[in-house]
Amino acid sequence: MSRPKGTIVGIGELKPQRLTQGVTTLEMIAEVSRLAVLDAGLEPAAIDGLLVGPQVGETPQHVPATIAEYLGLAPTMANVVDLGGASGAGMVWRAAAAIEAGMCETVLCVLANNREETAPRSPNRNPIREFDVPFGASGANISYALLMQAHMAAYGSTARDFALIAAAARANAQLNPDAIFFGKPADVEAVLASPMIASPLHLLEIVMPVAGGEAVVVTSAERGRSLRKPVHLLGAGEKVTHRAVSQAPSLTSGPLKSAMARAFQQSGTRADEMDLLSLYDCYTIMVAATIEDAGLCAPGRFGAWLNDHDLSHKGDKPLNTHGGQLGFGQPDLAGGMTHVVEAVRQLRGEAGGRQIGKAGLALVTGNGATMSEATALVLGAA
Amino acid sequence: MSVGLNTLKTPGPTITALTKPFWDAAAEGRLKIQHCEDCTRAVFYPRPICPHCWSKRLAWKDASGRGRLASFSEVHKPGHPGWLPAAPYVVGLVELAEGPTILSFILPGTRPLQVGDMLLLAPTAIGGRVLPAFKPVEPRAEEKPQ
Repeated sequence: MSRPKGTIVGIGELKPQRLTQGVTTLEMIAEVSRLAVLDAGLEPAAIDGLLVGPQVGETPQHVPATIAEYLGLAPTMANVVDLGGASGAGMVWRAAAAIEAGMCETVLCVLANNREETAPRSPNRNPIREFDVPFGASGANISYALLMQAHMAAYGSTARDFALIAAAARANAQLNPDAIFFGKPADVEAVLASPMIASPLHLLEIVMPVAGGEAVVVTSAERGRSLRKPVHLLGAGEKVTHRAVSQAPSLTSGPLKSAMARAFQQSGTRADEMDLLSLYDCYTIMVAATIEDAGLCAPGRFGAWLNDHDLSHKGDKPLNTHGGQLGFGQPDLAGGMTHVVEAVRQLRGEAGGRQIGKAGLALVTGNGATMSEATALVLGAA
Repeated sequence: MSVGLNTLKTPGPTITALTKPFWDAAAEGRLKIQHCEDCTRAVFYPRPICPHCWSKRLAWKDASGRGRLASFSEVHKPGHPGWLPAAPYVVGLVELAEGPTILSFILPGTRPLQVGDMLLLAPTAIGGRVLPAFKPVEPRAEEKPQ
């Protein structure tokens, strides 16, 4: 089956911070891009493709040109990927596809965000703003609480089942000194004892927003072979179904189901063959739904599955070894790219004290909006 | 809820010419949604074309006001500060009898809410405007324990 071929040859990551002061997103993009290009062992001049994210408030339009100019690049392919938390994974296959189409050879994919105390409120004028906000539903917490409640009602899943996911993320974050919750473990009881934000969602089941940045460099399979430790894109899938939770085709299964199925099909792999699960985790319900949509267990059975497996780097099912965003922090859109960067580290064998044993295949998922924008990647070690 | 909902300083809808019939009806305590005259399906939220068949033949009709609670959340930490005095309050996904799902404000009933509960339209003044809220259908008198 046809698939976009490419290799990830460079990664960059900024240590997350709760707040920044007088720092622009553009500055952070420059810092993290430099790290990724250095890591790849390339000169900046080698970058001829650029994929960036939207920048609410700072640069509403002309984002690629603004960043290209700032970095001194003159790409022959430049674009914005606007898929929320799926943007990072979405960039990787788009980069590979553009390379295969002959438009460029080496693509910088970069996402970063500052986090100033005086951030403006969203200027949205769209159906969510008109038909959800007046009823008291502003922000993602309520949307994911509605998804979680629906799962509990449909399958009898419990608050404890969901808390296992947050506790596992915190446990893994104890091995990542850059994680915002490094040195701050939280067990299931602590998760369940944390304040109720929007029932049934507790505070510790929600990512902590942070400033940060992530970048990857994608090049052709051919050029990747001459560079240090290439990680291959073996398969990708994507699906976008809705924006507002009221318009979701299902409240208990999302578009990642078909995105992952396509990624497995393209790569000739199965979910149970993955050595690392690098699953987008804005909320505990997102991981629960992804485990089920991947076919790792039957619908509604994620709690039993979690109890049957060890999710640590030493375990039989390593899941989000960097701590996930629940443990690492969520640097806005770059949060989704942490799952790509960690998968590359693990597949290179460069994850240090949290290196998994066999590291041949990784599943990376991205999720945006309300379980509505989905991208899945299967990555393979060289 | 500890305060009068109508005194809240909450954000109102961003009404356009296309969506005005919905909000005009809401102000009169009715729920009006579009129906496609080609594929016959009901449409929410309002659009210039039917999202199912892309027909432009959409007609406004009063909805029955009956629905089923597909999910709900008791909001303790609202996303907008205007809602803080009302917390905790409940929002829910209401599957209308006509088909589409609407996110709405759910008024308290006499029993704890459950997914699957039947709901009725309950126009409610919130933040200075009447919105199409919903309330649980109460068990009939004869079913109440004596």
